[in-house]
This record gives sequence, C-alpha cells and structure tokens, in this order.
Amino acid sequence: MTENVNPSSLASIAAGNANRAPGKNALGTGLEARSVHAWFGKNHALADVSLDFAAGTVTALIGPSGCGKSTFIRTLNRMHEFIPTAAMAGEVLLDGKDIYASGVDVTKIRLKIGMVFQKPNPFPSMTIGENVLSGLKLAQLKQNNKDELMEECLIRAGLWNEVKDRLGAHGGSLSGGQQQRLCIARSLAVNPQVLLMDEPCSALDPGSTLRIEETIRELSETMTVIIVTHNMQQAARISDYTAFFLADGHPGMMIETGPTSQIFSNPKDKRTENYVTGRFG
Amino acid sequence: MAREGLSFITGYEWYSSINSDGSTGEDPSVYGIGAMLIGTIITALIAVSIGVPISIAAALYLNFYVPTAIRGFLVGVIDLMAAFPSILFGLWGFNVLMPSGEYWAKLLHKYLGWIPLFDVSTPFFSRSPFIAGLVLAIMIIPIVTSIAREVFSQTPLDRIQAAYALGATKWTMIRAVVLPFGYSGVVGGAMLGLGRAMGETVAVFTVLNIIFQANFQILLGAGGNVASLIILKFGEASAEEIKALMAAGLILFLLTLLVNMLADLLVSRTVKQGR
Repeated sequence: MTENVNPSSLASIAAGNANRAPGKNALGTGLEARSVHAWFGKNHALADVSLDFAAGTVTALIGPSGCGKSTFIRTLNRMHEFIPTAAMAGEVLLDGKDIYASGVDVTKIRLKIGMVFQKPNPFPSMTIGENVLSGLKLAQLKQNNKDELMEECLIRAGLWNEVKDRLGAHGGSLSGGQQQRLCIARSLAVNPQVLLMDEPCSALDPGSTLRIEETIRELSETMTVIIVTHNMQQAARISDYTAFFLADGHPGMMIETGPTSQIFSNPKDKRTENYVTGRFG
Repeated sequence: MAREGLSFITGYEWYSSINSDGSTGEDPSVYGIGAMLIGTIITALIAVSIGVPISIAAALYLNFYVPTAIRGFLVGVIDLMAAFPSILFGLWGFNVLMPSGEYWAKLLHKYLGWIPLFDVSTPFFSRSPFIAGLVLAIMIIPIVTSIAREVFSQTPLDRIQAAYALGATKWTMIRAVVLPFGYSGVVGGAMLGLGRAMGETVAVFTVLNIIFQANFQILLGAGGNVASLIILKFGEASAEEIKALMAAGLILFLLTLLVNMLADLLVSRTVKQGR
C-alpha cells in the first residue's frame, strides 16, 4: 500500500507537523512501556519494547502486518490478557505506577487508558446517546449533567452536527465512519488520560478518515494519543513521534523511534528507511 | 368435541356415563377440560418463572465465570440432565422434592398469603401445582440452560472488548452487551421450555393430585394438566371417551402451537429493533 509514496513528500508532511507544541492541558505525565514482551501460547510475539509516550503527544506505531504493533498497544491497557493463552512480561507505567502491579484495579486502568478499535463497534442495543454515555454505566460512575457531557463528547469527536437531531436512533443506523466517531465519543465520555487507537481508519473512506484525523489532532490537546496505522501519510500527518516495528522472522521488535519528521526524512536504521520509502511492507 | 362445543374447553367436569360393560348410565356424559387447561398453563408458567431465571444464571456462570478446567464437565452434566426420562423427575419430585417443596409452599403461604395466588382455602400443601411446577422447572432447566449458553457464547467479541475497554466489570459488561444480544435467543429457549412443560405428562401425573376444578391457588394440592388427564383416563376409557381424550390432545397441540407462534413473533420483533 505504500509502494508509490514519494518519501520526500512524507517527510515534508511530517515537517509541517513538527512545529506543533504538545498539548499543555494534557492530563497526567504520560505512559511508559519498559521492556514489554508478549506471548501467545509459546509464540513469542513481541520482544523487549521500551517506549515513552509524553503527555499530550500523538505517537504513531507503524510497521508491516504481524509485527506486533496491535499486540503492543493491547498490552498498554491490559486488553492483551483477554486472549486465553496470552502472556506478557515487563512494565507499563502510568503516572509512574505499573498498571500490571498486583492489587491494581484493571477496570480503573481501562478508564484512564481508553481504546478505539479497528472495526467500529457501537453497542447496537443502545441509542446514539446511550452509546456515548455507556462508559459511565459500564464503569458505574456518577455524572450529573449527562446531556452536556454527551454533547461535549460528540462535538469533540466531530459527530454532533450529524446526529444532534437523532440521538434516540440506534447506533447501528449510522454509517461506518460515523460509528467510528461514535466510538471515539464513547471513549471520551469517561475522560481518559491516554487514548489507544488500533487502526481506527482502516475500514473507512477518505472523507471519514480526514474527519477522524482532525479529531485526533484536537484530542491531543488534552490527552496522550497512541495510534497504530498502516497508512504512512496518516502517521506523517497526525503524529509527533513515530515508532517503527518489525518482526522479520523473529519476535516483533521496535526497530526505531523518534520525532515523526526525523523518522520520515532521516531514519537511522536501514530497515526503517526501506519501509518508509516503500521498498517493502 | 363437536358435541360439547365451547364447553369442552370451558367446562370443568369430566364424567363418562358409559360403564365398563358398555351400558350407558343414567346421567349424560360430560367432557370438559377447562380445569385441566388452566392447570396446564399454571404449572407451565410456574415452571418457566422459576426455571428460566435459574437457567440464565447458570448459562452466564458457565460462559463467563466458571474455571475453564471444570467447564467441560459441567456442560456435560447439563446436557446429560436434558436426556433424563421424565418419570425419574416425577418419582424424584414425589419422593424427594415434595417434603421440602411443602416447606417452601408453607413459607410462601405464611408470608405472601395476602396475594390471592398464594392463598390456600384448606391447609393441604402436598401434591400441589406449585410442587408440580417446581419439578417441571427442574426438568426444563437443562434445555433452557443449554440454549442460553449457546446464545450467550455467540456474543461478538468486539462488543465484549469494547465494554471492557470502557472500564466495565464483568457484570456490567454482561448487562450491557451479553443480555441484550442474547435476549431473543433466550426468549426462544424459554418458549421451548414452556412448550416442554405444557406437554409434560408423567412427571405431573406422578406429583399432582389430579382434581377436576379450576384451581388458581397454586399451593393447594389440587390441579392437573391436559397431558396428565389423558394418561389418567386413557387406560379405562370407553370408545366415546377416547374420542374426547384425543380432542383434548388436539387442544393441547393447538395451545403449544399458539405459544410457539407468540414466541416467534416476539423474537422477530426484538431482532428487527436492531442488533
């Protein structure tokens, strides 16, 4: 999918993005992964990934399929452990505290580290409005001005104008792109510090993708965003930092990380250069 | 059936004037299955209202809470229970369940007696529709549990993950995702259970004190259902009475058909509402 990308244009896109100051209003002090390993049964899927995500930044995780990006992002909010045979090692620090430490309430962790999935997955039995507020119900949180919160989340997700007249309609009645923005709005309602996005635009048309990218840029004012993407231009357009993952017959590893402009214009590792210039992957 | 007309369904008496030697007695024969119809519906409803909640709880437990090591074993036990002959349930209900069932019935009567349903005109608690309903509930639990478990296990993983990613606990996830998804399937399973409970013969025949009166006091030891009526009368029935019994069977068949159609309607309506 990246064969015909002109690398210099990617670099220029990334350069235009570089002046952006990281969000100053972001909550918390970001997220740190310390030598994270992941296994599925005996298959060592991810080896020794250490990565810092500063508060209020957007980090893109790129790399060919099967390189462990999605696995990595799922270790960051403990969704990885839902797969029966899955195991992990290492530490993930949120505000300096390991989310895998014993005694940590995993539901509270997932409130602080939200997630948007590849496929839009609104709750079909709920209306649009109920979907937005579903996190409050699921996590049993109290909230007074629910209507305001609903409106605010839908505005931030760029969906308000399209659905404000039919908040009582079912979530499944929206288009794919709208459903994905509904899922983003739903994640925002519980006010996370970090938002993980696993290829959120891969099932969407360019118009919807553009809307979601705008949304991501706005969100990074107040939270830390980590996004897995196969789309190089997307990584160049929206991210402050980029990390390149590669499996290449071994367990997936992080090959290189740095400011997005540097990864796309002047990568240190030959493999990164090959990938971002479209020579493979 | 044609002769009795509507009173075949509404009548509360069942009296054959034809003696065993073929001579006709003085009084005309009366065939009415009204009491038995009411008994059928009451015992089946008791069975469903006790059995279905337990089945749903059991299905959720089997799907989401039980350690994987013993899940296979428990599922096997449930499936085996579904294959038990009903006479075993009947005998077990008569010998084992009845004493404790009576105790529960007395408790219900003592504390909820002000509700007409739980009132008893004469303090006679054994062999009541309540206990028959309990036996039927235990009979339908395996099949309803099997169906509910199957339906719940089909819940799309991405919805479950979406709920967990929003900080859901297991129980809030089940309430928001699994139950809405499984609703129509569980209704279908419950209706299957209801159909089985209505058509049940031997277990009810063993447990119930079959009396021809419309009895809405479910704790009182009197009642019956259509299928048990047939087995009760069939052995010594005259040719004419057999016709009446066949007609009773037809009515029972129509009743189950009606219930299934209602269930179908209910399920298709909920499915349309968006899944």
